[in-house]
Amino acid sequence: MLTPTILAIETSCDETAAAIVRGGKEILSNQVASQIAIHEQFGGVVPEVASRHHVENMTTVIKHALAEANLTYDDVDAVAVTEGPGLVGALLVGVNTAKAVAYAHNLPLLPVHHIAGHIHAANLVDTIEYPAMALVVSGGHTSLVYMETEGSYDVIGETRDDAVGEAYDKVARTIGLPYPGGPHIDRLAREAEPTINFPRSWLEEDTYDFSFSGLKSSVLNYVHNQKQRGEDIHEEDIAASFQASIVEVLVERAARAVLSYDTKQLIVTGGVAANQAIRSAMKDKMERIGVQLIIPPLSLCTDNAAMIGAAAFVEWKKKNVADLKLNGVPNLPLTTHVR
Amino acid sequence: MMILSMDTSTYVLGTAIGTNSEIVAEWTTYKKENHSLRLMPGIDEVMNQANLEMKNLTGIVVTTGPGSYTGVRIGVATAKAMASSLGISLYEISSLELLAQNGKYTNTVICPFIDARRGQVYAGLYEANDGDASQMREDELVLMSDLLKELATLDRNVLFLSLDLENHKEQIQEVLGERAIFGGATDNRTKPSEMIHLASKKDAATNVDKVVPRYLQLAEAEKNIQKESRDDG
Ligand SMILES: [Zn+2]
Repeated sequence: MLTPTILAIETSCDETAAAIVRGGKEILSNQVASQIAIHEQFGGVVPEVASRHHVENMTTVIKHALAEANLTYDDVDAVAVTEGPGLVGALLVGVNTAKAVAYAHNLPLLPVHHIAGHIHAANLVDTIEYPAMALVVSGGHTSLVYMETEGSYDVIGETRDDAVGEAYDKVARTIGLPYPGGPHIDRLAREAEPTINFPRSWLEEDTYDFSFSGLKSSVLNYVHNQKQRGEDIHEEDIAASFQASIVEVLVERAARAVLSYDTKQLIVTGGVAANQAIRSAMKDKMERIGVQLIIPPLSLCTDNAAMIGAAAFVEWKKKNVADLKLNGVPNLPLTTHVR
Repeated sequence: MMILSMDTSTYVLGTAIGTNSEIVAEWTTYKKENHSLRLMPGIDEVMNQANLEMKNLTGIVVTTGPGSYTGVRIGVATAKAMASSLGISLYEISSLELLAQNGKYTNTVICPFIDARRGQVYAGLYEANDGDASQMREDELVLMSDLLKELATLDRNVLFLSLDLENHKEQIQEVLGERAIFGGATDNRTKPSEMIHLASKKDAATNVDKVVPRYLQLAEAEKNIQKESRDDG
């Protein structure tokens, strides 16, 4: 079958999500029960709380996805689920739900890597052309992934410490902004110029890796010193200056990667790809070097199940079907394996 | 009424299939391995033994806790997904009520419990009643020392059933002496086939999608938030 209808499930962090995607491209429905409001009071995602809400909401979200698409299980050709990486307790709810649904309705079960999911969100708004490069930036990940052909993944660069979204959240907390901090910093940064010279972590000359903990510490030190001297803290200056450092490093890495790997496209995705400064800087740079840029819209950049349905189409073509022992794998590596 | 049962509330994992009058297949494993790896293969095993398909089922029965959070979530997620997607009944059973059934022909008080660390246990009090062990009061999370103080005031023998018996035996004997009776190896673990009988006496969940585990306590982070708001107020 060329255009299977896939029911996809995603519960790797704090979003309980289900979607129906046809042929890896067409979204028939996309349901997300967000827990952001719940975790806001804790200042971050609490794994036990996230797992509890997943169990509570999962089947309702699936029902809504089927209803939105106006389909029944008779119309579904496969069930896909995020196998990892993510929070182990959260992953388990999605994986066991997917196994039960697949078994109950005699459907093949397709395991999907969460990062492959983020990347294939690009296919829901455009068409990925290979070789392609993807920059995945979120609260849990900062990865540069080279894809020579469809379904092949080569992680050429990763963060060595904090994920970029994590750095955003910590800096936001330091200057008194609520969780999640990314959107607040992005907004504040637009009100000022980058006047504080925070460091850029370039690491070794030819690496594609990232490091954000030095930058984060430098912001923390700056705030601390200002307070000790009794000087005012201008949050918008800090936001603009911090963000300038992040953007410069991300753009340099992405541009160097697409040029040296000679890729046709750059895909920028993940929750942090919603950031306006990153979007516009990437757009300028890719226009200048003549590489096509795909950045999915916000709703497909943050965690969702439609992206899992899009990536599952690749597993469908590879006939990569999981057995009844499928388990959630919190640190699942992104590889080109077929079981 | 063809019912599939599953219990993942402790490390003993079991599943069975049958009706109130006939158990067709039963499968239990004591292997201390992730439930996520064992539950579906176990279900597949009993379905194959019974030579049935999922569409032949009229209901699912699951233990919704108390017990291992992760274990219970795997069972509840699986049971909800099956019942919700097949549009069949879902029956919820307390893991302690299930364990209590192993003493249903005694004339003692039956006290099934599961260790909950830091001196605490998830415990229930049940008594034999016309061939079933029925609840004397709600299951609760309680300090073993408090529970024993309470049991000491009852003028009855108490049958303790638990996989965690060894860690608590001494303390129990100290307080209750000869009035304490202990289950043996086959009495201290749940029997998935028993769940089918229990389900036949219960109402199905009115809304399958709303079924949640019985944790009997808030998550740590939620407790802290509650404490903070109390301190502020
Ligand atoms: Zn993500």
